[in-house]
Amino acid sequence: MDPNVKRKIRLVVALSAAVLLAVALIYTSFSASSQAKEPSDLVHASPGQSYEMTGVVVPGSIHHHGSVLNFRVEDRDNSKVSIPVKYRGEIPDPFTDGREIVVTGSVVNGTFMADRDSLITKCPSKYTTQAQQDPQHVIITN
Amino acid sequence: MITLGFACLILAFALAIFAAVAALIGTRGDRRFVDSSRRAVYAFAALLTICVIIIEAAFARTDLSLQVVADHSSTTTPIFYRFTAMWSSQEGSLLLWAWVLSLTSSAVLFATRNKHRELAPWATAILMGLGTFFTGLMLFDANPFARLSPVPPEGVGLEPLLRHPAMAIHPPMLYTGYVFWAIPFAFAIAALITRRLDASWIRSTRRFALIAWLCLGVGILLGARWSYSELGWGGYWGWDPVENASLMPWLVGTAFLHSIMVQERRGMLRVWNVTLICMTFSLALLGTFLVRSGILESIHAFGESTVGGPLLVLIGVVIVGSTLLIVSRLPDLKSEKRIESLVSREAIFLVNNLLLVGLAAVIFWGTFFPLISELFTGSKASLAAPWFDRYTTPLAIGLVLFTGIGPLLAWRRVTWASARRVFRIPLAVATVALVLLLLVSDAAHKPWALALFVFAAFAIAGLAQEFWNGAAARRRLSGESMPVALVGIVTRNRRRYGGYVIHIGIAVVLIGIAASSSFQTTSDFNLRPGQSTVVDGRKITYVKPTMSVDKLAVTPGALLRIEEGDKTFTENPSTSFYRLTGQGSSGIAGYFGGQSDSSIGLQAGWGHDFWSAVRPDISALQRRARSADRGFAACVRGGPGTPPQCKALGAMMLAARANPSLRSTALAQIENLQLLTAERVAASYLSESPAATFKVIVNPLVTWMWIGGLIALMGAIIALWPTRGRRRGALVRTEADAQKEAKYREIRDAELDHASGKLSDEDYALLDAELRREAVEILDRLEANGNGNGAHANGDQALPNGDGTPEKLKQS
Repeated sequence: MDPNVKRKIRLVVALSAAVLLAVALIYTSFSASSQAKEPSDLVHASPGQSYEMTGVVVPGSIHHHGSVLNFRVEDRDNSKVSIPVKYRGEIPDPFTDGREIVVTGSVVNGTFMADRDSLITKCPSKYTTQAQQDPQHVIITN
Repeated sequence: MITLGFACLILAFALAIFAAVAALIGTRGDRRFVDSSRRAVYAFAALLTICVIIIEAAFARTDLSLQVVADHSSTTTPIFYRFTAMWSSQEGSLLLWAWVLSLTSSAVLFATRNKHRELAPWATAILMGLGTFFTGLMLFDANPFARLSPVPPEGVGLEPLLRHPAMAIHPPMLYTGYVFWAIPFAFAIAALITRRLDASWIRSTRRFALIAWLCLGVGILLGARWSYSELGWGGYWGWDPVENASLMPWLVGTAFLHSIMVQERRGMLRVWNVTLICMTFSLALLGTFLVRSGILESIHAFGESTVGGPLLVLIGVVIVGSTLLIVSRLPDLKSEKRIESLVSREAIFLVNNLLLVGLAAVIFWGTFFPLISELFTGSKASLAAPWFDRYTTPLAIGLVLFTGIGPLLAWRRVTWASARRVFRIPLAVATVALVLLLLVSDAAHKPWALALFVFAAFAIAGLAQEFWNGAAARRRLSGESMPVALVGIVTRNRRRYGGYVIHIGIAVVLIGIAASSSFQTTSDFNLRPGQSTVVDGRKITYVKPTMSVDKLAVTPGALLRIEEGDKTFTENPSTSFYRLTGQGSSGIAGYFGGQSDSSIGLQAGWGHDFWSAVRPDISALQRRARSADRGFAACVRGGPGTPPQCKALGAMMLAARANPSLRSTALAQIENLQLLTAERVAASYLSESPAATFKVIVNPLVTWMWIGGLIALMGAIIALWPTRGRRRGALVRTEADAQKEAKYREIRDAELDHASGKLSDEDYALLDAELRREAVEILDRLEANGNGNGAHANGDQALPNGDGTPEKLKQS
């Protein structure tokens, strides 16, 4: 076969593989993703949809019942709205009152049913700006 | 001292600007400016070294008047972690970036001081442009020498989670990895500007690229190891944005390291190579940016930071600038050669390159999907691990397959006869591995893992065969014993065999990843002391609770007994609750209300790891501590019926309020009482022994990830080890010398390929003749330029042979 034709065929094959991969990426990523929401968006959310919720753990709301963890999460900017969360699985070390967390799951009857092991705590006070927001550091800065 | 440090920083900034400007003037040909700019780079490195020493000294003695120290360290921080606290801060990590940049720039400019008269000034200008940017960022945005007034009595301290030995190496390794990519990038841009697009920029910076690749890889693996030993960090890999950010430049950099070989050998893939290095460096900057900006949700530290904006501008400039430059140089980048056959090493390299870049593209899309989704749908949405796994698994498996095939093929073309010869044994090994796995393991249920195991067996067998054939060929020629011959071929062909060792290491790492991710058993359960449960055939008993208390933390734990067949061992996972900082003011409850950090129990083994963590329930302790605080307050107030000790303490506090000189004694006494009470409260955990939540993981073959990493590290060291011996007398001074050396190496490689059966006789004859013709051309050029000094007159006029005996060149 003419080497130039061969090269063209190869190029077309490679490009179509790349295009296929790109289409698959785009298609699956929009269907497999979970929307990022805050508690106030989720109080009246429709069931069945998967959400990634970011918020702050309401102080004093953490209760363990066997291996189930119950707590409430409110918006980052301290709105009065909070949503109860039921969670099972790994609890990251920094998880505590007032910590900012990210958790994935769905909403059933006003309760956020979290996916197993989906709880992530945002890394605590590594940097100044965050250190000063952290309640435990207030003692020093005051 | 601090003033001196700040002065050094200002001076370093000025010098960086001077070096860049002088280098730019020097590009017109005035050597004085070039030499001057190079010396300015050395001085820049010296000044930043002083800055680093001053900052580290301030951390060592906890100079709290320095903001960066007060925010990230404290007098109670252990000395080892005081040094590491520097890069937990934004200012400190920028300083680290600039410092590593200054050192590596000095190294590369020193190494090339007599070469690259055209490239070096442009490269200097680019590197010092970066130096100006990062020192400027510190001066105007994140000054590590900023002072605090008034000086606080105590610092914030290093975050407990960061108190891990890996903290000492993981961040600096990653930064070194990121920064070292700047060197090949700067030379690539210089080559584009000057249109000197042969392989000379690659030859001078290959070593730096390899170091960058190595450091980044070590940093990633250390991070994985660290994350593996923490609870809640998603095991050794969690597709966290910052993890991804470090993996992307590593993948594209791996592709770059392979495809530059094709350019060195065959002069092909020039556009691809400059594109890859520009991508790698942009991704390295992006990695720095992601850690600093906090635009994506991650478990890594993210305060809102001010340097995100400038970094983004820099990334934009790098991407747009290099793209425009590459496009404008496209005609110069056209290579005269083409891939001759799809069954050749360069063709396999290209396929592997595409797989690596494909992997990076998938990870890029997944990592930035929250931003992409916000752009199109108006709301952020993110992708979790299963999505990443779906794409990266098949791509990684393809990568292993082609990694196995590549080294078996010779450059240019391979006849089917010789291909059959070299593929026979690896294919047989792979088949045996497949049958064995199907018979004795349950790998059949996990087709992806099975495929990876089989391909890895194929790759490792192929590489072992390479070592065997190479050593055997050498033994035939020299009559040495097999081990001596093996050492001989490795030391004489460090790049090739070091590379093979790296491949073996990576194959082992991937086996560990595939096995541990496909066959692990995870279990969460709640137990009271004395109770037991069964996980994956192992009986786990919660024997008894443990507790330790010190000034920093209260650490409840659990003693576990694990019966595994006829083996019994114990583990003692625990969780430390760090006392709230700001001693004295937080009371007894402060001992139980702070940040927690668990320490896992890990029984590592060749076959599998047993990983355990405990989440103790301390709510009863917290209640008790609060009531103790109330009791304490009541006692000091001195109501009716208070014991005499309380009255004494109350009197002392009143006295201290009046007389400040008594304050410290009073505080110390209160502190002491609180500690004693906290110990009493903590001891009740042992007697009450509430139920605790456990998480255990049985992780097969995970140890091999770390072993594979060590093998790859060894391979990289072999490949990086400076060549010496035969050419000690003839230093590689000029670019022409380097070309000559490269051609010699090609001839030796072809000989080795022929001797080990990879090249058929006729292919070898053709290839050898062609290489020797090219070598003669280079030698003629050397002589015509008058570079032929004494060294060339004798031994170097002859070309090497496989065993090192010279053979007269002009005969061929």
